Amino acid sequence: MTARERIAGNVAGYVDDRTGAAKWMKKNLTKVFPDHWSFLLGEICLYSFIILLLSGTFLTFWFDPSQREVVYDGGYQPLSGLKMSAAYASTLHISFEVRGGLLMRQIHHWAALIFMVGIVVHLLRVYFTGAFRKPREFNWIIGVGLLTLGIVEGFLGYSLPDDLLSGTGIRIAEAIIQALPLVGSYIAFFAFGGAFPGEAFIPRIYTVHVLLLPGIFLALITVHLMLVWYQKHTQFPGPGRTEKNVVGYPLMPVYMAKAGGFFFIVFGVTAFLGAVASINPIWLYGPYTPGQISAGSQPDWYMGWLDGLVRMSPPLETHAFGHTISWNILIPGLILPGIMFTGLALYPFIESWATGDKREHHLLDRPRNAPNRTALGAMALTFTIVALLNGGNDIIATTFHLTINQMMWFSRIGVLVLPPIAFIITKRLCLSLQRADRDLVLHGRETGRLVRMPNGEFVEVHEPISAEKAWLLTSHEQIAPLELPEHDAAGVRRPAAIKNKIRNRISRATAVAVPKATETERRELEGHH
Amino acid sequence: MSNEIEQIKDPGLPAHVHRQTDTDPKAAARAERQVAILFGLSAIGTLLLIYSYIFIKDSSFIFIPVLGETNTQQLGLGLGMAIALFCIGAGAIHWAKTLMPDEEVIAQRHEFRSEDEDRAEFVKTVKAGAAAAGLGRRPLIKRTLGAALGLSALTPLLLLRDLGPLPKDDLHKTSWKAGTRLVTDPGDRPIRPEDLEVGAVAQTLPELAPGEERTLNNIGKDAVLLIRLRPEEFNLDAERLSWTHEGIIAFSKICSHMGCAVALYEQQTKHLLCPCHQSTFDVTRAAKVIFGPAARPLPQLAITVDADGYLVAQQPFTEPVGPSFWERSS
Repeated sequence: MTARERIAGNVAGYVDDRTGAAKWMKKNLTKVFPDHWSFLLGEICLYSFIILLLSGTFLTFWFDPSQREVVYDGGYQPLSGLKMSAAYASTLHISFEVRGGLLMRQIHHWAALIFMVGIVVHLLRVYFTGAFRKPREFNWIIGVGLLTLGIVEGFLGYSLPDDLLSGTGIRIAEAIIQALPLVGSYIAFFAFGGAFPGEAFIPRIYTVHVLLLPGIFLALITVHLMLVWYQKHTQFPGPGRTEKNVVGYPLMPVYMAKAGGFFFIVFGVTAFLGAVASINPIWLYGPYTPGQISAGSQPDWYMGWLDGLVRMSPPLETHAFGHTISWNILIPGLILPGIMFTGLALYPFIESWATGDKREHHLLDRPRNAPNRTALGAMALTFTIVALLNGGNDIIATTFHLTINQMMWFSRIGVLVLPPIAFIITKRLCLSLQRADRDLVLHGRETGRLVRMPNGEFVEVHEPISAEKAWLLTSHEQIAPLELPEHDAAGVRRPAAIKNKIRNRISRATAVAVPKATETERRELEGHH
Repeated sequence: MSNEIEQIKDPGLPAHVHRQTDTDPKAAARAERQVAILFGLSAIGTLLLIYSYIFIKDSSFIFIPVLGETNTQQLGLGLGMAIALFCIGAGAIHWAKTLMPDEEVIAQRHEFRSEDEDRAEFVKTVKAGAAAAGLGRRPLIKRTLGAALGLSALTPLLLLRDLGPLPKDDLHKTSWKAGTRLVTDPGDRPIRPEDLEVGAVAQTLPELAPGEERTLNNIGKDAVLLIRLRPEEFNLDAERLSWTHEGIIAFSKICSHMGCAVALYEQQTKHLLCPCHQSTFDVTRAAKVIFGPAARPLPQLAITVDADGYLVAQQPFTEPVGPSFWERSS
């Protein structure tokens, strides 16, 4: 035994004597993780969160979260002598006088964008592959919670520097709060410590941004990961993979090296972006004052769809009995997002209600094999993308020489018409892809080789596909639609029967599929040739 | 049975294919060198970072194609950091992919559901616990506890009350009064009608009394835009026309939709546009909304001139300025 092994053994023994961890570690160090590039998306989120914690802590050492008025006398000449908040002045100080300060600010902002992109793409992966199904519904809900908090946290973060752009964002947030029926102006006055903008808001959101929300994030991420660990990762279908096993690489050493290495890659790429790609150059915007604004005011992208919905809203307000209700703010700013996020959070339960499927699932779906789900996803995505595009309607209009009117009417009509079209097209596409899979299994791969038969006929030679591929294309389950009783014993329709009828109909729509190829059919076709 | 449909069978995990580094010691040695080179590059990155921190002046700039003029120190720090971190990651992953075992392993899953007897026992334990506490048998305790818990939830709400004052009539009022002079922003100079040419726009605020300080809260409600048109261009009723002076019309600059500054004026069309959500207001028709999500015109400030010939407000705003709120009556 070398000296190093003896020391390692002693340390391990010391820890195990006090915790009994050896048994758990022995089992879990060789825990198997399935490998697929799309499983890295969640890791990107985790790593950018760590980068956010590190770079954010650095920024707090110099940032002064105060709206106290100061006169700027720092190194950035164009703003010299201007009155501004201490928050804005200290952000300028970080950008121009702290070595590496601008780099850290840009890394922090880029990491926030990557965090949010990562969450959304990870969510799409989980959705379209059906990874949210039993037993993973809790993790889905936690994920939706993280997405929601991420949007809030990002908004608060870019609001802190108190520049002209971020102040405009806060102004809009205040208007949304103020629009709440009954309590709006009270909540706004409590949040802002009086009238807008006051001097209380930035110190308050600073505490929320650096303490409260990161704490909640940390707790939710921990539970999210513990559940992934405990429930074991889902895996894509393929030869040798079943609902009862996990095929992959052991945690130690392969997964540790890959995942640990990937953290450094994500950090390195973020640092590269921070080094070369300017982001949020607050010194160009100037300090916030409610009387001014810069043209082309844009929120960060994850708020863009919300802003886009607000922009396309029709000018609806109700004035009655001495009160005002601003539907033009409430519907796009609160009601629609509320419906969207509630629907998203409840989706696993809605789907299992529609299919009647209450079993555990560990094998992922290929999106084409769940046409209804895939089409619904495409529909929601289309809605959000139209809204997001409208959030940049002024930029798009100037870039592509359109008028704002054209953009606005495209969005107003498109946001209603395009999602259903996306649903129909996607569902058709999925069924076509299923048909293609079926053809591939039954008739083999087109080789592109033409052969002339003795009778003059040309035929293309087809090559049978491998047993692995054939299994991949046919291993999915095709669930039969529900057949709940729509009449009671006496043949009478009851309220419960009407519910059953609706459920049957949804279930039938969900179960639409091209019958997958079977060995029997394959053999029959061989017989014919 | 011969007529039962037979599904395609799972061929099982494909046989493992060895990598070049598994079979060829030379390839393995090459991979090892590549990993070491990547780690070495990382060290060079850190050295670049240290060099930039100590030796590059923060005032030096360098021209880089695509990026343009870039601060050399910031670029050196960032690139050094990026190289240092990225190469550690790339080295570790290359190591894992070429030299660590790549044979796939199969582990079994277990169902999460507990055994029926465990579940039954769990329910029994809970029931026994609840029975032992006697909540069901002692409704008095249950009700008073519920009431106490419910009431205690008021504590945080109550303690948050001092976050801010009550709105009272704050949202209804601005600093404009009858006779308040309009002054330029910035500059605080009073304005005569002849200072504005036809087609001109000016951002104004109410004149401060001596010793008064202007806060952002004031600006957030008081900002007013002056626009001068030819009087015949207006399309206003008699009252609103009497609120203008020699073709000069004044509107609150705070958007009636969400409170942004309505700062974009198109001279040709005489439209005011809010850059936040593109609500567009027609200046000739008392800032009527002609496009976008805003539901109300911008409040108009009645103006005239005082004895010294300076523009003043005839009266305060007749309606609250800025975004809507519940207590607003029109």
